[in-house]
Amino acid sequence: MKPEGADLRRRRLLTGAAGVVGGVGVAYTAVPFLSYWQPSVQAEAAAAPVEVDISKLEPGQKIDVDWRGKPIWVFRRTQEELDTLPKLNGLLRDPHSEVSTQQPAYCQNLPRSIKPEYGVMVGICTHLGCIPLYQPKPGSVDDEWLGGFFCPCHGSKYDLAGRVYKGVPAPLNLAVPPYWYPSESRIIIGEHQEKGGAS
Amino acid sequence: MSDDSKTRGLLGWIDARFPFTKLWEEHAAKYYAPKNFNFWYYFGSLAIFVLVLQVLTGIWLTMYYKPSAEHAFASVEYIMRDVQWGWLIRYLHSTGASAFFIVIYLHMFRGLLYGSYRKPRELLWLVGMMIYAILMAEAFFGYLLPWGQMSYWGAQVITSLFGAVPAIGEKLMIWIRGDYTISDVTLNRFFALHVAAMPLLIVLLVVVHLIALHEVGSNNPDGIDIKRHKDANDLPLDGIPFHPYYTVKDMVGVTVFLIVFALVVFYSPSMLGLFLEPENFEPANPLKTPEHIAPVWYFTPFYSILRCVPDKLWGVVALGASIFVLFLLPWLDRGKVRSVRYRGRGFKIALALFVIAVLVLGHLGAKPPTPGRNLVARICAVLYFGYFAFLWIYTFFDLEKTKLEPERVTTGSVKWIPKSIQWPRFGKTKREPERVSPK
Repeated sequence: MKPEGADLRRRRLLTGAAGVVGGVGVAYTAVPFLSYWQPSVQAEAAAAPVEVDISKLEPGQKIDVDWRGKPIWVFRRTQEELDTLPKLNGLLRDPHSEVSTQQPAYCQNLPRSIKPEYGVMVGICTHLGCIPLYQPKPGSVDDEWLGGFFCPCHGSKYDLAGRVYKGVPAPLNLAVPPYWYPSESRIIIGEHQEKGGAS
Repeated sequence: MSDDSKTRGLLGWIDARFPFTKLWEEHAAKYYAPKNFNFWYYFGSLAIFVLVLQVLTGIWLTMYYKPSAEHAFASVEYIMRDVQWGWLIRYLHSTGASAFFIVIYLHMFRGLLYGSYRKPRELLWLVGMMIYAILMAEAFFGYLLPWGQMSYWGAQVITSLFGAVPAIGEKLMIWIRGDYTISDVTLNRFFALHVAAMPLLIVLLVVVHLIALHEVGSNNPDGIDIKRHKDANDLPLDGIPFHPYYTVKDMVGVTVFLIVFALVVFYSPSMLGLFLEPENFEPANPLKTPEHIAPVWYFTPFYSILRCVPDKLWGVVALGASIFVLFLLPWLDRGKVRSVRYRGRGFKIALALFVIAVLVLGHLGAKPPTPGRNLVARICAVLYFGYFAFLWIYTFFDLEKTKLEPERVTTGSVKWIPKSIQWPRFGKTKREPERVSPK
């Protein structure tokens, strides 16, 4: 390209303008190609909230529900089990559930649930993704054990509110998914209660 | 290499280890192409553009497509309905296939017009023809993948062609299918060929095609050699660097192409049954042949030739010959000039008849056969092969009355477009004076 005799300002402007217009076009074209990697409508439908009937769940029982391919525990705690929770505070990493990513705001309380009796939790150890075992009987894991969840992979321990013990590999409390009660005996897992709904 | 041409910094570091600047200059910045390229010279770069588009959308489609007889059709519907933007990626790919052939046919026609296959570009033409043949295979394998009725029966018919080979035909056909009929096995191997083997070959041959082109230099609408007139620096006087002159011109071509392409993708992706045949929206059914089977439009001229021969073996031979004869063009045409601009009237009439024959054959190949249509197809098939026979006789026995070729390339304005709206000619604008000849 010969610079002499050429209008360089005009050339720069045209090159710049063409580059910007072309760049915007390429950016717009990239959107479909990148969005293509997102979950498809089918995958999203499979990830929809699930409804659980808890009318037949007796105290001390636990059921597993599949939501987005993850095991969700729904378990019913006895009064004795609930009474153990405050006693453990000193042994726990985050007794007051201050890490806000691990539960919705409406579950930042002692039993980490909407109704104290019913616990709803993502049953995946926060260490490396194993599924901890449900060990509600006191003394079943070690002598001081008051009931809770025990991960067989690397020995992480959680109490019956999913709160992690100190001195184990897991860094965080078990996650609580968003959920709400459309009626007394049913839970919808996977979404928050819509605004303006009943309490 | 003199000191002032040495690169510095990161580029210098790379150039000391990899011929980056050398390649760039050889193939773009200092590749001198004739300055008189016209409309017909868009289609080479457009073909590369469409190739990139097909590779990209093809890779994206394989992310959800399932190559099995049981799931293929449903997975394509899944892409169309449930995958985010899946419909767009698929329509880009299916429209891109047809666009590829449109671009390639125009690119090849340019070669016929201006004698681009003539010495010293015989090998360039052969490599191009190989790309075209492999592209046809690529398109054929790809058409089976959606596993629709037309996919299935099209593959059935085309693989049956190999059954016409004497003695080993039946075994060859089974070997190609990997089963006694088109089945899951066939689908899987066609998938492997379509997404890996053929694209690799095409990309490799495109590179070879470009290297061959840059070795011998581009032809031009005047068909004369620009290397005969060089300046003091040994650069052709009628040549301009490919970059920036032709990169910018080709960008205009790509832009216009994309506008037309987008109109088809967004408003008529099936192109009235030409690009996506209606029968293919029905899943493959090995027990029921559609009422009328026709290949996609880009195969129909050859399909017509196959069908108009009333003998299985000779039909296949005619089909093969119709493609093979194109490979021989550089040796059939012995004319004294290359470009249609300076060729005899006989050549112009023959080329026009050839084009008409191809178009009519293409039209007939998409329609059900009737005795009347068969007759027309036979006449056109004779015209098709006649072109090559005529070209050889015409030039071998020196019957052609050529016009005098100009000494230098012509960049005259186009007569039928008003001068006021014509693009300024290269070298004739006020700001860019013509390179001074050392004479």
